Amino acid sequence: MKGLEENYDIAVVGAGHAGCEAALACARLGLETIMFTVSVDSIALMPCNPNIGGSSKGHLVREVDALGGEMGKNIDKTFIQSKMLNVSKGPAVHSLRAQADKHAYTEEMRKTLENTDHLTIRQAEVTELIAEEGVIKGLKTYSGAVYYTKAVVLCTGTYLKARCIYGDVSNYTGPNGLQAANYLTDSLKNLGIEMYRFKTGTPARIDKRSIDFSKMEEQFGDERVVPFSFSTDPEDVQIDQVSCWLTYTNEKTHEIIRENLDRSPLFSGMIEGTGPRYCPSIEDKVVKFADKNRHQVFIEPEGLYTNEMYIGGMSSSLPEDVQYEMYRSVAGLENARIVRNAYAIEYDCINANQLYPTLEFKKIKGLFSGGQFNGSSGYEEAAAQGLVAGINAAMEVLGKEMLILDRSESYIGVLIDDLVTKENHEPYRMMTSRAEYRLLLRQDNADLRLREKGYKVGLVSKEQYEYVLWKKEKIAEEKERMEHVHVGASPEVQELLKAHNSTLLKNGISLADLIRRPELSYDIVAPLDKNRPQLPQDVKDQVNINIKYEGYIKRQEKQVEGFKKLEKKRLPKDLDYSRISGLRIEARQKLEQFRPVSIGQASRIAGVSPADISVLLVYMESYRRQGGRGEN
Amino acid sequence: MTDTIAAIATALSPSGIGIVRISGPESREIAGKVYRSKGGKKKLQDVPSHSIHYGFICDGDEVIDEVLVMVMDGPRSYTGEDTVEIDCHGGVLAMRKILDTVIKNGARPADPGEFTKRAFLNGRIDLSQAEAVIDVINAKNEYALKSSVSQLRGNIQKAIKEIREDLIYQIAYIESALDDPEHISIDGYGENLYKEVKKQEERIDRLLLSVKDGKLVKEGIKTVIVGKPNAGKSSLLNTLLGEERAIVTDIAGTTRDILEETILLHGISLRIIDTAGIRETQDVVEKIGVEKAIDSAKDADLVLFVVDSSVPLDENDREIMELLKDKKTIVLLNKADLEQAVDEDDLKNTAGHPVISVSAKEEQGIDLLEDKIKELFFQGGLEFNDEIYITNARHKAALEEARKSLEMVENSIEMQMPEDFFSIDLMNAYEALGRIIGESVGEDLVNEIFSKFCTGK
Repeated sequence: MKGLEENYDIAVVGAGHAGCEAALACARLGLETIMFTVSVDSIALMPCNPNIGGSSKGHLVREVDALGGEMGKNIDKTFIQSKMLNVSKGPAVHSLRAQADKHAYTEEMRKTLENTDHLTIRQAEVTELIAEEGVIKGLKTYSGAVYYTKAVVLCTGTYLKARCIYGDVSNYTGPNGLQAANYLTDSLKNLGIEMYRFKTGTPARIDKRSIDFSKMEEQFGDERVVPFSFSTDPEDVQIDQVSCWLTYTNEKTHEIIRENLDRSPLFSGMIEGTGPRYCPSIEDKVVKFADKNRHQVFIEPEGLYTNEMYIGGMSSSLPEDVQYEMYRSVAGLENARIVRNAYAIEYDCINANQLYPTLEFKKIKGLFSGGQFNGSSGYEEAAAQGLVAGINAAMEVLGKEMLILDRSESYIGVLIDDLVTKENHEPYRMMTSRAEYRLLLRQDNADLRLREKGYKVGLVSKEQYEYVLWKKEKIAEEKERMEHVHVGASPEVQELLKAHNSTLLKNGISLADLIRRPELSYDIVAPLDKNRPQLPQDVKDQVNINIKYEGYIKRQEKQVEGFKKLEKKRLPKDLDYSRISGLRIEARQKLEQFRPVSIGQASRIAGVSPADISVLLVYMESYRRQGGRGEN
Repeated sequence: MTDTIAAIATALSPSGIGIVRISGPESREIAGKVYRSKGGKKKLQDVPSHSIHYGFICDGDEVIDEVLVMVMDGPRSYTGEDTVEIDCHGGVLAMRKILDTVIKNGARPADPGEFTKRAFLNGRIDLSQAEAVIDVINAKNEYALKSSVSQLRGNIQKAIKEIREDLIYQIAYIESALDDPEHISIDGYGENLYKEVKKQEERIDRLLLSVKDGKLVKEGIKTVIVGKPNAGKSSLLNTLLGEERAIVTDIAGTTRDILEETILLHGISLRIIDTAGIRETQDVVEKIGVEKAIDSAKDADLVLFVVDSSVPLDENDREIMELLKDKKTIVLLNKADLEQAVDEDDLKNTAGHPVISVSAKEEQGIDLLEDKIKELFFQGGLEFNDEIYITNARHKAALEEARKSLEMVENSIEMQMPEDFFSIDLMNAYEALGRIIGESVGEDLVNEIFSKFCTGK
């Protein structure tokens, strides 16, 4: 029987946040790209929380944007509230979070995809990958159609053999009752790919009209909104914003949960997948923080088009009747009407240790993957991986150098390195603490860090890139000028210092030294700076941060130097670890299995100790002296 | 890493016995080529492991030396590889010729530290043990040796690990509060951390304090003997040299130019500086000036000020004592056997330094001097039970670096910086300490350690 056969450069499987970035990247780089989805109506769906960004996730979105991705632009066009988080803390942990209008977000992304050249959208379930001798050749869909491609990017999200569960009710569907993909897992297993089963969950949605907001604290957006995208004009995002609301669980809530734990599929053993420790269900929180008598609950609008409100912080898989009782015990939700139940979802994903840092499978050339399929959680984590997987699939087809970001240059680098190097037995969530060099990886300098890479890849325009070059120059100039402008103890100076509770001057001092005082800033000392040039706000912000935290930044840069040294020590691909008897047996096995690209990566593999790394270093040194390769 | 290496493993100076060590898969074969048993029949290839064999090393027909050969198969050897050690006569020429012959027969000359490096690569020792091996080799006296051995046993490890554990707890706390501010509060944490940082600083300070002792233990106490020409400096030196068997260190290279000699006083090394100067003054009529005494005392840990007690003190003596008041100085009233012109009790009250009456000639009072030195430098006792002495310059530098980072944390707390800034310097302190015990790795560290070895180890 003859079926449909087509040829493309690249196929992207899935149209969630990872799939969208991957498909856009490939198509924008001029490659004929086909994107498969089980439902065209679910493109860029936000099946869980209605926001983009948040602590450290906001960093990812800005980095995606700096590299030429779409997520930042899309949320700038569709947000209904925006906030810079952690402003009372250091600049490293400032992070943007915006509430999205879910429909608008989906529609806007779909519009972008549909208007991108070289991109074909196809509604079909992919059932099988075709690979020959470790090289990807294409894929098959449920109908039997065959698509021959040079590369495939898997972004299947939570759809593989998905099952939604609450209480003793379970459905074999993807999120929101969407059709699951039930065949691809077997095809992957046949190709020798190791699969995991993970679990995540979402809270109930409640009808706004049944909520008593007078018992809650109103949470406003920022007065001055900062856009996510470096290409969005800040004036375009100063819109009327909607509010979110904060309330709390209480002892009664916890009582209800405790009494019904035996009916929770999580505790009864009905759910076999491993859930995220850092995005726990309310049941998990009550058990884990037994001494806390309340937990925060955020009530967030799902969009302007609907009355549905998202109950943040209370995801659950308890039975329907318990959910009612539990939600209604919370202040302001006494009469709550549930529109959609909370549920847990189980799905197949991979052990991402099978991937190179390029997100290509070690075993199958041309096969890439990103997003929840790789064992992460979250829209932003997905988009970041989707973008890198897409770029590298394109680089592979074009025969160009692949994009690898390291831990010292981006959160994306940290995310991917953690996924492909460390052992990960639960959905991986980006967190500030995972980035060792976070003072250098701020959300405010993502463009300075990554625009050039985006430009080299081909997703950032020359104009955007040249702006960053100009900006870097201006920052350096102005910083230097601040070191050389001195002020004395004049009445004008003293008055300004007094107004900001700052120690008065006895001698002359540079403006830079004044800016370094915690209570002052570049903007505050402006009246003392007579010849200050006109500079855009983003340049001023950088000057301020770079002067204020100079010592810390320098020390962190020093840490990065040490890190880079080990990253640059490449390990030969054919190194026979079993012959290095100084390595402990566990380390030998792990190194054989992982085949890390550098000593740096080797040092992060669980089961490889610092002592093993010293052995490797000495071994490599001798290896090099004996004429082996392996050193850059 | 499959070749066979060889080197002279003992000091390259005339001595009773020398050892040429061969390590690698072809050790037995290579040794077999150059070894002849007395009867000429025994083959080294066939002897059991860990056995010793009498015989000769020959280069072709020429017999080089009469030897004992030890055969040790890996992994039960120093390097973990098949090893053969040739115990020969310690003449420099004999050892060199044996080594040359071994190399001619297929071994490669070992790089400095290569035996130990192989031991390390083969998992026989870890990095800090490798480092301690250097110290054991270089140990100048019994105490230095014990301190190195105690490092081998891991005493430093334990002290450093404790500090690091406390630091990582603080780092983890800050990090988890950043990730989960709802459940982990960081309000007022700075004050708490401040106390904790102070505590760790004190622990590092204690370790650093031991550096000075450690250095004295390891390198000996730099000592200068000053005094007027006829005070008896030279005879005191000779007496001290006669005390136990002195080790003579020939620094400048010829016996005529001895600049420094090491004296062992029950395990403590005294490194007497400028001994040549002391001897010269016997022939040359020299008016010892105040400047000269002070000048030579400048670099010393200890000054032995020798006074001729048979003649009254003059202005110069008093002036020198005054100028030495900030130095660890012991006044030695020499010539106690003659009629005394200086009142000992009187001098004790005015000298500002301990005063000991000795007779270099009669060898009296030397034991009092030893006790006094121990008292001055080691608070009386110098027992290596579980005391930790930091004797290694690399360890000292790392401790100082950690100390500095902790001061920066203090500074950040005082400046009321946001909490996330604390972790940068906390981490630096943690890493610096980790380098001491090999828990943080840097390539520099590894290279530094192995570069310090001499060939043959």
